[in-house]
This record gives sequence, structure tokens and C-alpha cells, in this order.
Amino acid sequence: MGFHSILFEKTTDGTKRETASVPEFFADLNLDQIVDRITAGRQVYRLKPFFYTPLRDIQTIAYRQETMRDLQDETLLAHIKAFSEKMVNMRRYLAMIERLYYKLHQQGWFLEAVEIYCDAVRSLSHDLSRSGIRSRGLMAFRAYVAEYVQSDAFTALAADTQKVKNDLSTVKYCVRIKGDHVNVRRYAGEINYSVEVEATFRKFKQGAVKDYKIELPVQSGMNHVEAQILDLVAKLYPEVFSHLDHFCAQHRGFPDETIRVFDREIQFYVAYLEHIAKFKCAGLPFCYPRVTRRGKEVYDDQGFDLALADKLLADKSPIVCNDFYLKGKERIFVVSGPNQGGKTTFARTFGQLHYLASLGCPVPGRRAQLFLCDGIFTHFEKVEDITNLRGKLQDDLVRIHAIIEQATPDSIILINEIFSSTALQDARVLSRKILERIIQLDLLCVYVTFIDELASLGAQTVSMVSTVVPGNPALRTYKIERKPADGLAFAISIAEKYRLTYDGLKERIPS
Amino acid sequence: MKAFLMYRNRDFDPQQPLPPNEEALRQDLELDTLFEAMAQEDAFLSKIVKKAVLSGENDLEVIRYRQHVLKDCLHKPEVVREIYDITVQSHDNKKKHWLGIFTRYPGGILSSAIGMLEMFVGLLKKLRRIAGESAGKFESEGFTRFFAMITQELDDAYFSVVENHLHDLKFRDGVLLSAELGPGNEGAHYVLRKPNQSGRGWMKRVFSKKAPVYSFSIPRRDDSGARALGKLKDRGINLAANALAQSADHIDCFFNMLRVELAFYIGCLNLYGQLARIQAPITFPVPAASGERRHHFTGLYDVCLALTLQKSVVGNAINADDKDLVIITGANQGGKSTFLRSIGLAQLMMQCGMFVPAESFGANVCSGFFTHYRREEDASMQSGKLDEELGRMNEIVSRITLDSIVLFNESFAATNEREGSEIARQIVSALVEKGIKVFFVTHFYEFAHGFFEQGRPNIMFLRAERRADGVRTFKLTPGEPLPTSYGEDLYRTIFEGGRGAACAPGAKSRKYRNTSGV
Repeated sequence: MGFHSILFEKTTDGTKRETASVPEFFADLNLDQIVDRITAGRQVYRLKPFFYTPLRDIQTIAYRQETMRDLQDETLLAHIKAFSEKMVNMRRYLAMIERLYYKLHQQGWFLEAVEIYCDAVRSLSHDLSRSGIRSRGLMAFRAYVAEYVQSDAFTALAADTQKVKNDLSTVKYCVRIKGDHVNVRRYAGEINYSVEVEATFRKFKQGAVKDYKIELPVQSGMNHVEAQILDLVAKLYPEVFSHLDHFCAQHRGFPDETIRVFDREIQFYVAYLEHIAKFKCAGLPFCYPRVTRRGKEVYDDQGFDLALADKLLADKSPIVCNDFYLKGKERIFVVSGPNQGGKTTFARTFGQLHYLASLGCPVPGRRAQLFLCDGIFTHFEKVEDITNLRGKLQDDLVRIHAIIEQATPDSIILINEIFSSTALQDARVLSRKILERIIQLDLLCVYVTFIDELASLGAQTVSMVSTVVPGNPALRTYKIERKPADGLAFAISIAEKYRLTYDGLKERIPS
Repeated sequence: MKAFLMYRNRDFDPQQPLPPNEEALRQDLELDTLFEAMAQEDAFLSKIVKKAVLSGENDLEVIRYRQHVLKDCLHKPEVVREIYDITVQSHDNKKKHWLGIFTRYPGGILSSAIGMLEMFVGLLKKLRRIAGESAGKFESEGFTRFFAMITQELDDAYFSVVENHLHDLKFRDGVLLSAELGPGNEGAHYVLRKPNQSGRGWMKRVFSKKAPVYSFSIPRRDDSGARALGKLKDRGINLAANALAQSADHIDCFFNMLRVELAFYIGCLNLYGQLARIQAPITFPVPAASGERRHHFTGLYDVCLALTLQKSVVGNAINADDKDLVIITGANQGGKSTFLRSIGLAQLMMQCGMFVPAESFGANVCSGFFTHYRREEDASMQSGKLDEELGRMNEIVSRITLDSIVLFNESFAATNEREGSEIARQIVSALVEKGIKVFFVTHFYEFAHGFFEQGRPNIMFLRAERRADGVRTFKLTPGEPLPTSYGEDLYRTIFEGGRGAACAPGAKSRKYRNTSGV
């Protein structure tokens, strides 16, 4: 079977390949930040459309996971990067030619572009042939490149390039400038004057001295005086330049289309791996999740929010990992506990993990099993929207209603602190009703709330609680633990902080 | 080309950091007085002598090497000063005419560099003349080598090569560049070439006649063409200008280095002149290895006190060979601090290769030199005086090594005698056992007496003398510590105008100390 694409195994199966617009839930889950960071500096490859397109079939996810695993080999990844860098330069040269005036100058850069392309392809083929790749995608591509490198078209291109380059490298000339007058002739063994001057005074040298060479601006481009000199150099070496002319005419449409597409698509993997490398360096785990369509038992050990981790890493702050699992009938995490304790982060992490898994990417965590959903719906409170409380409550209900209408049992819903500005009694009743609807749908859900009692609504709900350091509630652990919602521990820790516990008071009050 | 006047085979580094306890040393030994006498208000001399004095050597070879060079200087001061003046001139000329080379145009750099090199060449010729005249008149290894090097390296042939370059590099016949083709057929690897001389090889001339030459001219009105050509020409000139400017820098650095190496000796000459005027004796010390315990001298005086008073002062003669610990007790203002300072100054001066203020002097060198003085002026510090003192002690201990010397002056007196003595006893015992030589001025009888009781042969006790009539002689003599510090005398002198000590001016800031002993 021939090679088609490194992102999609089959040629045409009706799968949507690229999406231009940002999925709705991206901002709530901070996936927009993540994708921005992943694709930063790679705008030229237009990678975002790939990241906006979750896969819907397990096979393609496996196809990508295999490829990604292969690329985790650092040597192979380095080879791919080297290839990409060369291709970047090739494109830069070709683009530059469009802006140049003088023919010999254009021809010179065309030759550079072809040379770097030949080198890129040949090195890649060589490197792939020696690597122990096992993925279907890379193996098929390796076969393709090997064949291409052997083809007449490519071998002729490479040989011609080398010949013309060699000829040009023999050109060495002298320019004498006196007043307005310029002489150009072949170089005839004149000695290097700077070296001689330097040698004369070397005896006084005490150490390194300042470099007085002025950075004369080296502009790509050529002024008409340089162009005139080049034309005269061409007259000094007529054969060399006629070869060059012929070469350019012959190899006009040189980059191979499949190679070009591969160069873009492979960046999906490179970009992702490069992004997660720094987290791995910081000791954070990543794993290839088992992605399922049947059964809604999911788990992740030591997961974390990839967007938040990025910020914390930059601030050199510690990053807290959390575990979760849903078993049997369990479908819904009800997250409660002190504020700023990592509840929202937990919800985001749950969403991010599922989305990243659906792209075929490794996810934060030591081991994970995740559900291949048909859609993610989020309802996150936006504080700045609180202008009209009644309008807001209405708005919340309209939105949540729309979500529940659209969602199927294979969807994921993430709800973060709705009704927080509603009267407590209303909030309790409404939350309970909505949660009951979600339970009926039998879908996976994270429900962040300040209403403890929701946690024990049924067998489907699992209570998760954000925690604080015992004795110092001001210090968050950012650990979200699976345990009954229970305000008491929190109250006691506040007492401890002020040393108002029994023991604390015994110590403080002198007898 | 190296001067090598400070070390046999390396440069003196004027950038080396001062020891971390520089401030303490300056304050405790009143080093600024010494530095001022050496520098004579010359900022450069001041900087170098500070570095040299404060970063002494414990390599006996280096000390002797410098002693020999210094003896030559004392013998032929006018020649040494003349050479030093050349280096000063080079520096001043450069500063006056070339405020740093430098424009942002290769042409400007080129002409600045040529001008500067022409100036340097004049000074180099002068240096060569002096070297020629002085050969044979100097005896030290350092100067002999230096003069031989100058005579050999800067001969007539060399000066003529240099002058040819300076002529040719004005480019009256245009600029010749070679180039190759870089990426995109753009000219690359520009190299400035020296035109093949017409006389060199008829074969080449015949050959080059056949080689085609193409040419063009820039039309009058083509301004951008003229600019482009100018830029290309600048590429060549840039290379020449760089080579010349760097060469000028090399010579500048050479003179600078020479100036640095001579500055220390000029400082010594200055000091010598001042001491000669007040007829204060000097001697070249005999250094002993750091592992030995040597300290014997006659007529050792505090050079800073002599410089301040502008007259020769009382010297001490002691033989403290084989002693690890010298405890100095006795009358207030009896010359204890002055004595301690003379010990410190002589040590620093010996270890940087200078003469010392004494009639004779011999001592072992030390690997580290520290002072720990009680600081009256820190009394207001919140952290508490003893805390502050122990803090400084902690700093010293963190850097101390085997065969260091520590001078203590009334240390740990911020507390009562009993505690202070105990702290001092523990610290001093540990230091001595760790192979560190200690001089300790104290009025703590308990502390001094405790060591005296031990009766160990490696401890010496000195006492500030007081004649029976209460008058101090400022002489120290070996003697058992006595239970009082004669503060009463001082009290009487000040409060009752009675007989007593003639107030030693060197101790002016410490007038009211130690009244606790009254």
C-alpha cells in the first residue's frame, strides 16, 4: 500500500481533515492557549486546522499514536527537525528569488534552493533507513522516500546541482577600485594584506583586543555595481555560467508534492512533542491513553492542566498532579471544596485530556483510559458577565438547556460554578434538577459546585474535594481528592491556623 | 613582548580582586597613609600599589625577584622614572588625540589608527634608545631580560617594515580585493590584497598580461553607484583598518602593561624618598617559608606613624622565632597598637616584595593575613557588639588557611572580661592548634594569664613598658602579663593633668578606651 499522509492512513474515507474555526469550548478549557503555544513559531505550516479537528475513529487515533511513539525517539526527531529546517530554508530562497532583479543573482539562489532540497531529502531517506521505526505511517513514508531518492528524476537533479556548484566554487577574482574606476580580473596569488599587517604588530599583543571591524550591513540582494561586477566575472568564466543557466531552465518545478505535504503534516507531531518536552524535563508524566468508544470507565493517574502547567513552569512554581477514575455506573464528578483550590483546573484537565486524546496525542498522566466522545460541551461562569442578575440566571438556564438538548450519551459536559450568584435556595433546586437531567443522559460530566449536597445525589455521582494543608488553610495543596464533601475538615484547619483548637488553646493559655 | 618585572614569567594582573578583608586591613593598619606616600596623589599609582600591597605573594622566589628589581630601581631611579614617563606619555597622548578610536567609518578608523601608530612608533624608538644605553647598568634578572628583549625585538629593520606599512596603507593607488562567489552568486570572502610588485617574477608578469581584465566606471551622476562602490571599497579598508587598529591596541596594551608593572616600583621609590628625608631606616627583609615560624627584627617601626609625624619613631627589637602565639599586654597607650600595626605593615610590605621599615627584619610568609580589631565606631549597631565581633570572626574563619597570620587588637572586649577571655581563649587555642600564627593585643588579664600559666615554649608574652615613674617608653619587652592596664594613669593625665603618658598621636582615636580596667 502506497504512502498517502502521515496524519490520515486512508486516502478517502470521508473523514474531516482540517477545520478552519476554533471549537466553541476551546476558550473555557484553555485549549486555545495550549494550541497557541504548540503552534507558536510554526505559522507557516498552518497547523491549527489539524488541532481544531478531533478524530472520530479509533483506527486513526492509533495510526497517530504509533507515529508519535516513533517520533519520541530523540534521534529520529532530531533528524526530522533537521529535514524541516532545510525545507524552511529552501522555501525562503525560493520566495526570495521572486524579489530579486538580476538574473545571475536569481540563478544563484535557485541553485541554493535545489541544493538544500536535495540534501534534505537524501539525508531524510538515509536517516529513516537506519532508524527502528515501527509505525505504519512512517514505514510507508520511508518506502516512498527510498524509492524517490533512487528515481531518475531525483538522481539527475542531485548530480547536476553538484556539478554546477563545484564549477562555481572555482571562481576567484580580484576587484581593484580606484576612484570611480573598477577593474575585474582573475585572482593571481596576491598576498593577504591584513594578515601581513597583523603579523608585523603581533609581538606587542598582550591579550585579546577589540574588534574594530565595522558590521558592514550584509543585505541579501545586490546593488547594480555588484551586479555589474558579477556580469564581468561571468565573462571571465563563461563556461561555468552557461552551465548554471542551463541548470535553471531544466529543473524549474522541482519540489516533490508528497514530500512537501509530509513536511507540513509531520509538524503536527513535532510541534506537540516539542511542547511537552519541557514538562517531561520538569518530571511531569505523559502517556498514550487507551481510547475507548464502549464503556465509560475512564481514569488518569497524575494528570494536570497543560495550560496552567505552562504558566507555573515559567514562574518556577510547583505543579500539582491529580488522579481520577470512574468505575461501573459512575459518570459524574461533583467537585466541591475551598475556592482557589484547583476545582476549575480539575474540570479543565478532564476536558483537555479527552480532547488531546481524540487528536491522537499523548496526554498528561502516568496511565490513562479515556472516552472517545462525540462532542464536548462546557458551561463556565464568566464573572464579568454579571451585570443583570435576573438576566444572567435566565441566560445560564438557556445555555444549559441548549447543551442538554444537543448532548448525547456519548458527549462530555463540563459545568463550572453556575448559579453562584443566585440565591442559595434557587441554586440548590436548579442545580439538583440539572444534575438529574445529566444523570438521565448517562454521559460523562464534571460538575464544579459550591453545593456540597449534590455530591451524593446518586450512584452515578462521585464526590471530589479540593483540599488545603491541614493547619494552614491559606496554603492550598491543589489536590483534588475523592472523598465525601465535608465542610468540617475545612473549619478545623482554620481553627488550627489560629491555634484555637483544644490542643492549641491548652498550649497558649498559661496554667 | 612582556615586561615581566613583577613575576619572572607572568604579568601582574591589575584587575585581580582585592582580598575580601581589604577594608578591614586598610582601617586596622591605616594603610591609606602608606598608599598616599607611595602614590603621591597619582590615581593610577594609587590603584596599582593598593593591588600590589594587598595581594602579597607567599612564594619566596617571587618576593626575592621583586626585591632585586627594586634594588635596581633604588640604584638607578632616574632611568626607571624615564621609562615610566614614556608609558604615561603614551597613555596621555592617546587620551588627548584619540578618544578611543573611533568613528563608524572604516576610512576614519584607518586614518586614526595610522596616526596613533605613528605616535607609538616615536615612543617605541625612545624606549629602544634607553634600553640600549642601560644594558649592563642594571643587575636584576628582571631588568636585564627586559632590556635585552627591547633591543632585540625593536631593531632598525623592524621600524622600517612598520613605516612601509604605514605608508602603503594610505591606499593612494586604490584598493585591491579578492573575492569568491558565495550563496546566490553574491561576492563573498573579501580579502584585502597587496598588489603583486612589478619586480617580482617575470613569469608572473608575462602571464598576467595575457589574463583578461574587464572594467567599468561609475558615471558622474550615478550617486547610488558611487555609494555602492564606496561600500565595496569599505570592505577592503575595513579589514586593513581593523588590522591596524588592533595593532595600535596591541601597542597600547603593551605600554599599559609596562606602566602597570613599573607603577609598583615607582610607588616604592616615592616611599623611599619620603623615608630617606626623615632618616627613617629601611631594610630588605629575609622571608622564610610559610611553614616555618620566624619573626625577628631590630628597629621595627610603624611606617604610617613615621609618615604622619614626619619623623623617625621608636623601633622595637624582638626575637619571636619559633613562636605561634604572641600576646601583648601592658600600659594603655604604651605602643601596643603601634607595635601590632608595625607587625602587620611589615608583613604586607615583605610579601609584596618591598623593603620594610626596620633595621633588620626576617619573618615567615603567611598564606593568609587577617586583622580582627575591636571597632569602637560600631557601638551603635543594633545587632550587638559581641555579635558583630563574632560575625567578623566568622568571616575570617570561613576563609582562613594553614599558616595564616591573624592580628587581634582588644578583640571580644565587648563583653565582660570573664566571657571575653573564655571566647578568646577558645578561638585562639583552636587557631594555634590549626597552624595559624596569632598576635593578640589584650588587656584581659585572665586571658593572657591563662596562656602564661600553660608555660608553653611556642607562646611569647610582650609588655608595653612603663617606667617606675609612670612614663611610657613605647617600647615592648618580653614580660609576664600584669593584672592591670594602667588605665588609672591615663585617667589621671586627662582628668587631673598629672604626670603620665605623653599622648601617642598615632592612637588619637582610641583615647578613651579601656577605662573599664580602672
